[in-house]
Amino acid sequence: MGVFRFSRKQLCIPYAVFLLCFVAAPLLVVIYYAFTNGEGRFTLDNLTGFFTSPYTIGTLAYSFAIAVVTTCVCLLLAYPIAYILAGSRWKQKSVIVVMFILPMWINFTLRITALKEILTVIEGNLAFHPFLNTIIGMTYDFLPFMILPMYTTLLKLDKSLLEAAADLGAGPVQVFCKVTLPLSVPGIISGVVMVFLPAMTNYVVLDMLYNSTYIMGSLIGSFFSAYDWHNGSMIALVLLLIILVFTLVTDRYTEEDAGNRGGALL
Amino acid sequence: MTKHAIWIACSGGQMGVGMKKGKRRHIFVLRLVLGLWAAAVGGILPAGRGICHVLAKEDVIILRVCNWEEYIDLGDWDEEELIELDNGAAILGTDALYREFEDWFYQTYGKRVQVEYSCFGTNEDLYNQLTLGDSYDLVCPSDYMIMKLMAEGALEPYSDGFFDGEREENYYKRCVSPYIARVFAENQIGGESWERYAAGYMWGVTGVLYNPEQMTREEASTWAVFDNPDFYRQITLKDNVRDTYFSTLGYLRRDQLTQEAFLNDPDYHEKLENLMNDVTPETIGEVEKLLGDIMGNVYALETDSGKADMVTGKIIANYQWSGDAVYAMDQAEEDGVYLEFAVPRECTNLWFDGWVMLKNGIGGDPDKKLAAEAFVNFLSMPENAVRNMYYIGYTSAISGGEDDTVFSYLNWCYGAEEEEEDTVSYPVGYFFSGDNADPDYVVCAPREQVGRQLSTQYPSQEVISRAAVMWYFNEEETRGINQMWINIRCLDLREIPLWCVLLTLCVLAALAAAAVLHRKNHYYS
Repeated sequence: MGVFRFSRKQLCIPYAVFLLCFVAAPLLVVIYYAFTNGEGRFTLDNLTGFFTSPYTIGTLAYSFAIAVVTTCVCLLLAYPIAYILAGSRWKQKSVIVVMFILPMWINFTLRITALKEILTVIEGNLAFHPFLNTIIGMTYDFLPFMILPMYTTLLKLDKSLLEAAADLGAGPVQVFCKVTLPLSVPGIISGVVMVFLPAMTNYVVLDMLYNSTYIMGSLIGSFFSAYDWHNGSMIALVLLLIILVFTLVTDRYTEEDAGNRGGALL
Repeated sequence: MTKHAIWIACSGGQMGVGMKKGKRRHIFVLRLVLGLWAAAVGGILPAGRGICHVLAKEDVIILRVCNWEEYIDLGDWDEEELIELDNGAAILGTDALYREFEDWFYQTYGKRVQVEYSCFGTNEDLYNQLTLGDSYDLVCPSDYMIMKLMAEGALEPYSDGFFDGEREENYYKRCVSPYIARVFAENQIGGESWERYAAGYMWGVTGVLYNPEQMTREEASTWAVFDNPDFYRQITLKDNVRDTYFSTLGYLRRDQLTQEAFLNDPDYHEKLENLMNDVTPETIGEVEKLLGDIMGNVYALETDSGKADMVTGKIIANYQWSGDAVYAMDQAEEDGVYLEFAVPRECTNLWFDGWVMLKNGIGGDPDKKLAAEAFVNFLSMPENAVRNMYYIGYTSAISGGEDDTVFSYLNWCYGAEEEEEDTVSYPVGYFFSGDNADPDYVVCAPREQVGRQLSTQYPSQEVISRAAVMWYFNEEETRGINQMWINIRCLDLREIPLWCVLLTLCVLAALAAAAVLHRKNHYYS
């Protein structure tokens, strides 16, 4: 009795403590603040306030627009590159892959500062195209996160399946549409998740590229700096729920694809 | 006061070149390395000292100080940086001021003190830290935050002994500028004047930093410049609701503010402050509408990047605090760009940063209070005020009293060389002796300095006469201006064009249809 016995389960304790202190507890605080007012009483005003203000909903729409456009641009740029790289037999292709990852080794604010100068040379005055600049900045920043998962998925793709499809009479276009594309869906989805979510809240890019319109992240910050923890927390909570729904939907998609299609084929 | 890191990243490497009379700026990277090294060594040394003092530990007073980032001289000057003033003083920063204070305190009071020095980024950050339970003994917030803390009863008043000008060690009382002392005495919160609770550290005004090659002084000397279509998308405003509110309100009320009758009113100054602190819902509404127009004309809002963007030519003017304007002008000169600073003719915002003691930090401990007051006095020694000015570039609230070190430093920075012919007399007596006609306090400066660093660091009395302090606002008023700011910054749902909404709906419908079809095929196959 009382003898300490080590089991593998105990290895989880540090992480559980971490989770409790830095994820669960703060989340509870956010929920508490979101549903109370200045006097500490329960209220739904913050919630109704969020959904009735044209400014918060407008900000949500703007954040969505930035995130959607950034994700689409990243996807369109990254897929062909990942496809070509994964399919090429060139021995030094890892060098090319490193070149795409290389920007990630440099500090992000430094990269955006450099981009600012480049864009100024091209556009003359940055203030005329705030939305375009934001998209360029975000794409520049998040592109590696899109390329990498797709490249890995495409690299692992079983080449014999492509040969089988070709043997059975499918043309190159058909092979791509019916085999390659569906099999790379998990990679596309993890890329989309890795780009879409940060693009909705990364307001540093907007600040540095002189886009003065708020997105969700900056809106929360502005409430906090005015000591309004309650409305700020409500926005954070709504954003969290949106992200949760988004993750659930994409998860289902990946599972479905991996289970039904990929699983059946492999 | 600000985060210079990015600025340094952009313009690094040029520092230390051609600094004839220029102030020593933060040789940031070097300092960082040295700082890390010092921290490492500093971590070992106190440990050793701790062993010696382990029995006498009770005797060491711990003073927790929280100040703006880059807002105190950290020493480590090169020998050629020695400042030799006309009055015989030779000033060289060897060690960080808060370290030197520990020795000075021991020599003066015979007690040991250890300073725990930390930094904050914005007034709001500091306030949030305080409400979240961090405790400090001595902090250095700006004017309105001092007022807020005062109104909330969080501040410990300075003791009577601190205001005894007969004692040699009371440097603050003996050396503070009569002008600053008057402002601190006149301004009251809840029937008590600031001077009981706050000691001035740095001060200045706000205005427009501009490139004289592309904008005239006349054009820059008004808050209307931000709405001037000639400079469409070429000027930046501050990303800060209080500063932007002030400048827009000054623009909104420009006719009244420049009227002869208003200017000659015997209660001019009181009326000016009331007008510039008007935060009634109607006024906020008017400001919001006007600011909406201004936002359509300016380049962007910025906090720190404006200084670098002036040098690279992205913008030709920006809203600036005088201290940062001096810094920007010095930096630009190293790149061969000459910038000037204009204070709008309507009015300007007079701001301060001051040392206040916190009740919950001091906790009624007389030793701690003595140490906190001594720290303020130590920083108010004229040599130390000069070291801070040289290092930070802002204007100290210390004029020196009987000691003319600060004025000599002003002459050392901006006074004309003997052979120079085109000079002007620039009186600063209002700051140094309380009388602007005082012939002892007139700087004979090259003509070009008026409009540049000299008149920025020490605004003329004429500028000061139209300066208004911006008060702290109560919770409801703060919410009002904050809501205005959100309305300005956020995309208004009602402004999204109809085709955008329709297009989005179509895309969503198409996606939904595709998903349904996809699922159907799935089941059948």
